[in-house]
Amino acid sequence: MLILECPCCGVRGEETEFHGGGEAHIKRSGPGSSDEAFHDYLFAKENPRGVHFERWRHVYGCGKWFHAARCTQTLEVFGTYSAQTTEPPQDIKDKISARRPGWTWREFA
Amino acid sequence: MSTRLATGGRLVNRAQKMNFTFNGERLSGHAGDTLASALLANGKMMVGRSFKYHRPRGVVASGAEEPNALVNLGTGNRLEPNQRATTTELFEGLAATSQNHWPSLEFDIGAVNTYFSRFLPAGFYYKMFMYPRAFWKHVYEPFIRQSAGLGRAPEAHSRDEDTYEHFYAYIDVLVIGGGIAGLQAALAAGRAGAQVLLIEQTAHWGGRTPVDGGEVDGKPAAEFVEAALAELRGMKNVALRTRMMGAGVYDHGYVLAYERMSDHAPGTPGPRHRLWRLRCKQIVTATGAIERPLCFAGNDVPGVLLASALRDYAVNYGVSIGDRTVVVTNNDDAYRTAISMKEMGLEVPAIIDARAGGGGALAQQARDLGIRVETGKGIAKVKGTRRVEGVAICAQAGEGAVLDEIKCDAVAMSGGWSPVVHLWSHCGGKLDWDDAQSMFRPRASAPPTGATGEAFVIPAGSANGHLGLGDVLADADAAGRAAAQAVGATPPKTAAPQGAGPDEAPIEPVWLMPQGVDIKLRMKAWLDFQNDVKVSDVQLAAREGFESVEHAKRYTTLGMATDQGKLSNINGLAILSDALGQPIPQTGTTTFRPPYTPISMGAIAGEARGKVFQPIRRTPIQDWHEAQGAYFEPVGHWRRPYCYPQGGESHAQAVEREITQTRNSLGLLDASTLGKLVVKGPDAARFLDMLYTNMMSTLKPGRCRYGLMCSENGFLMDDGVVARIDDETFLCHTTTGGAERIHAHMEEWLQTEWWDWQVYVANVTEQYAQIGVVGPNARKVLEKLGGMDLSRETLPFMAWADGTLAGIGVRVFRISFSGELSYEIAVDASYGRALWDKLLAAGEEFGVMPYGTEALHVMRAEKGFIMIGDETDGTVIPQDLGLHWAISKKKDDFIGKRAQERSHMTDPDRWQLVGLETLDGGVLPDGAYAVAEGTNANGQRNMQGRVTSTYYSPTLKRGIAMGLVRHGPDRMGEVLEFPGTDGTTHKARIVEPVFFDKDGEKQNV
Amino acid sequence: MSEAQSALRGTWHKGLVTVAEAGLQGMITLRGQTGEAGFADAVKQATGLDLPDTRTIVAADKRAIAWMSPDEWLLMCPYEDAHDMVAGLRAALAGRHHLVENVSDARAMFTLDGDDATLREVLAKLAPVDLHPERFGPGEMRRTRFAQVPGAFWLTAPGAARVVCFRSVAQYMYDLLCVASSEGSAVGYFKP
Repeated sequence: MLILECPCCGVRGEETEFHGGGEAHIKRSGPGSSDEAFHDYLFAKENPRGVHFERWRHVYGCGKWFHAARCTQTLEVFGTYSAQTTEPPQDIKDKISARRPGWTWREFA
Repeated sequence: MSTRLATGGRLVNRAQKMNFTFNGERLSGHAGDTLASALLANGKMMVGRSFKYHRPRGVVASGAEEPNALVNLGTGNRLEPNQRATTTELFEGLAATSQNHWPSLEFDIGAVNTYFSRFLPAGFYYKMFMYPRAFWKHVYEPFIRQSAGLGRAPEAHSRDEDTYEHFYAYIDVLVIGGGIAGLQAALAAGRAGAQVLLIEQTAHWGGRTPVDGGEVDGKPAAEFVEAALAELRGMKNVALRTRMMGAGVYDHGYVLAYERMSDHAPGTPGPRHRLWRLRCKQIVTATGAIERPLCFAGNDVPGVLLASALRDYAVNYGVSIGDRTVVVTNNDDAYRTAISMKEMGLEVPAIIDARAGGGGALAQQARDLGIRVETGKGIAKVKGTRRVEGVAICAQAGEGAVLDEIKCDAVAMSGGWSPVVHLWSHCGGKLDWDDAQSMFRPRASAPPTGATGEAFVIPAGSANGHLGLGDVLADADAAGRAAAQAVGATPPKTAAPQGAGPDEAPIEPVWLMPQGVDIKLRMKAWLDFQNDVKVSDVQLAAREGFESVEHAKRYTTLGMATDQGKLSNINGLAILSDALGQPIPQTGTTTFRPPYTPISMGAIAGEARGKVFQPIRRTPIQDWHEAQGAYFEPVGHWRRPYCYPQGGESHAQAVEREITQTRNSLGLLDASTLGKLVVKGPDAARFLDMLYTNMMSTLKPGRCRYGLMCSENGFLMDDGVVARIDDETFLCHTTTGGAERIHAHMEEWLQTEWWDWQVYVANVTEQYAQIGVVGPNARKVLEKLGGMDLSRETLPFMAWADGTLAGIGVRVFRISFSGELSYEIAVDASYGRALWDKLLAAGEEFGVMPYGTEALHVMRAEKGFIMIGDETDGTVIPQDLGLHWAISKKKDDFIGKRAQERSHMTDPDRWQLVGLETLDGGVLPDGAYAVAEGTNANGQRNMQGRVTSTYYSPTLKRGIAMGLVRHGPDRMGEVLEFPGTDGTTHKARIVEPVFFDKDGEKQNV
Repeated sequence: MSEAQSALRGTWHKGLVTVAEAGLQGMITLRGQTGEAGFADAVKQATGLDLPDTRTIVAADKRAIAWMSPDEWLLMCPYEDAHDMVAGLRAALAGRHHLVENVSDARAMFTLDGDDATLREVLAKLAPVDLHPERFGPGEMRRTRFAQVPGAFWLTAPGAARVVCFRSVAQYMYDLLCVASSEGSAVGYFKP
């Protein structure tokens, strides 16, 4: 039972107010994409032990989606940030580097 | 025999008598007793039979760790099995019965198992019940069911009469445990100004301190307890609660605490239990320690108790277990019991100390009191079966040759103390083996970590492995300060109180008594009293290769009973380590899982029972449906009328009447549950073109269009009519179950993918009551209400208009899901009932007929309209349903388009929608499969299709169905076979899915 | 107007606190870009109210406006005025990207009145919110969960709260609040 801080309304709420939305920063493949690219878009997901980026929605609160960077092993939350971005912001990446030097996740580090 | 002493008992009020019954026998105790102390005061040494061998068992402990004294508590609607007598406070009228015996506690037929015990070793069940396989159903399973479990579940018809609730609280520092360590930790954190909640599982503060004594700052420790309580009660930032147990510690400081408000006083108004759902910044676990039994033959005979329990019963309740108590120990603490007994005028024939060197200051004190102290000795065997009659003494180092026999009627055993590390461990705190103290204790460098990555649990006092009073207080003070600092408070510079007790000699680990005991006696040396696991069972498990502690646990069932091995686990894993020839830390512990002791199902459910078991959604017209005696069906959390039976009608007859009257004259449907989403903005049309498979941007304001929505996987997920309100505004109808889901789907795409598109969505589902006015007389009844021109010319099929009807503002959609002339009238929900009543009144001359969801389903099936959830199941794409006309070929993209190009989706062998007509006019079974020639790899018949919707059509007076069939649309006229589950086979012909009014003449009038 | 009926038609119950359905209440959902020049002025022109800060509610006369999300507000007014206010807002916001919808009939509102500490406890039995008096006070709008349904609440004064939920679950919410304030269930945790 996590505690997450919604960056949209500032509520630091317990997990039952939120709804998980799976892996973050997935790029959509639409018509014209190769079978392999489309397959990966739909089905190939990261499942790391350690640093992970996820989508969450504050479903019982302000209703907004946001991103969370956290550790799947210790459940430490490095930070939450806007859903309207295609990659983790620098300050979040810096926070992770301070706690988990040398981390990588997909193309990010 | 156990009895109440003439004096003593600091917790009982001898002036207040309380009557109770045990196995129907009328007994009495005092206010302040536990059920266990009251039973013992009445000489009830034997309180139950053991699980496997049905051996007589008595009370062995005095607290939450008790394995034996489990009873059925209460009767009827308040019956609860497996309640610990040691934590059950006595109340007037308490009724308890013992468990796991037949026909009676004293004479139990199952006790013969004990004579066959050599044939019932660890893993017996796994080995015995494997073969022959045919025996399982009729021989083995009934036998196991008969013998499984301890207490009996309440009767199926009984209903818990009590209420329960949850409570959410956010606190800085939670201190779990109200012993001297918890009190000091709370003081330290409270003085620093932190917000503190201190909880104690029993009704009393101070833990063991009032029994065990010692001095704090030169005064009796019990006085310190009172002073600490007084100070804490005066702090506005500190809350104290008794009868509240820390049940579990979870991620990010989440704690479940179990408060028992009225177990000690049943019938008190208010909830019985409250489950606190706490969020704590810091948690101090001052949960104390539990004394371990020693493993010697006959250590389960009633009258053998933990040494600490024996003095608890004497000091707290004025109850003695026997007149002559032999103390057997490997540490100094048990000497306190001997001294207590002696001081109360009871006999202590001997203290058997397994340590060659004996004890320290307490041992000297015992000797000074004239007690015989034997060092380097152990108990070879306890004499007696139903209660202790004596002990045989042997050398601890030997194989059990009897040196002496001592008559006694109680044995006080102590194998040392195990810190209660459960709450530390629940969320990942690691343990170290402390060789000097023979205990697992929290590893300070590996605490549970929270959301910030920092530690959030601090163990304190004996829960942290400190057993001396001075160490306990110093450690607890430090824990309280550290917790306060971690939450940003500043502890004042005060010194920790100085605790002082006698110097103690070190413990020596004793896992078997005597050390070289032979197999015959090992089979009588019990580890797990509740699950009847012996030393020999664990050794057998090791020999048979169950070397992991987790495997050995499950193979032997050690520690798997309701007490979760509070007494047995450490001894068991020491025996296992010895059998494997490895040190204890290498064996490790099993996982500690919440709750610490069992909590009630009622507390877990909280308020969710009866009328608030789950939310039931109601339309503005629900009262009317209920008043009509409608038969309801659940649709999500809604309860929609399935039909409105009249008189003695069956449901089928009601549905037939509703359909016939609607098709012939006029029907009314409460369609308020349909989802209604407003989509507005400059990019709304573009957005809907992405969401729906067909083109929505070309829809003209004032018009409606049916649309399909697919997931990104290509599967059909929802459908409904879209009305364009103006250039920038659309009103999207969804299925009843789809409103919240599709709203969330829209928000997800807008917020996470196309966040630069200017679109807002609002869920206005419940703003409107929506009433379907359906049938040849639909227009007439609306014209009677007056206020709008609803002619074919002004409001053609698939158009909508705003206006008033009978003076009420409405929006009228001319759409049809039945094939009839049909209007759906949306009205502000507060006026929904008023409009419904007016329609009923105006429709009277047409024989207006409210109809339910079954009539709706049948009428749509007659027209071949699909239903989400019937024709779709999450694996069906629109193309399967012949809905190609609703899939735009002009659009470059829509959600699901790319997926529908995948090879499996374009496979011509996909099952496709057809109509099915039984040859005999009967109704196909729902979900039936059409069989094909041959069998598959598993030897099952091959399938070539299945029924998705099947009804009796009153309109056509025959069964009709829709189904998905391989190459179905190319096989018109073919007959398929659908085997039923009853051996019959149904034959049906493939036909077009539209059964009625194929040209749509009725809806276009 | 007599034909209009609120979900529970003003039902009330006195337990630890008094729970009452508030009857018909005008409510309007407003969505728009708060950062957009002139947006707040246009809202003020149509409603007479200033846009509230994040997670707060401001009230004046018979009107109130509550912050619901970074681009959503809930306006409250007398039920009879809602349609006119919708029209006024739409006119004032014409030409801007916005959404204004009347949701008066889509919701139910409850008033809770009683001792402040007890009232907080009744709410804390159902909503996973920190209701400690030092951390939650009048003027804060909190959208959350009440047992199994979404809801929002705020304190209008010490010992007085409003709860809003969807109309279809009004009965469930009412029953929940009554159960949570049933006799003998005071927690005694929030000290006055």
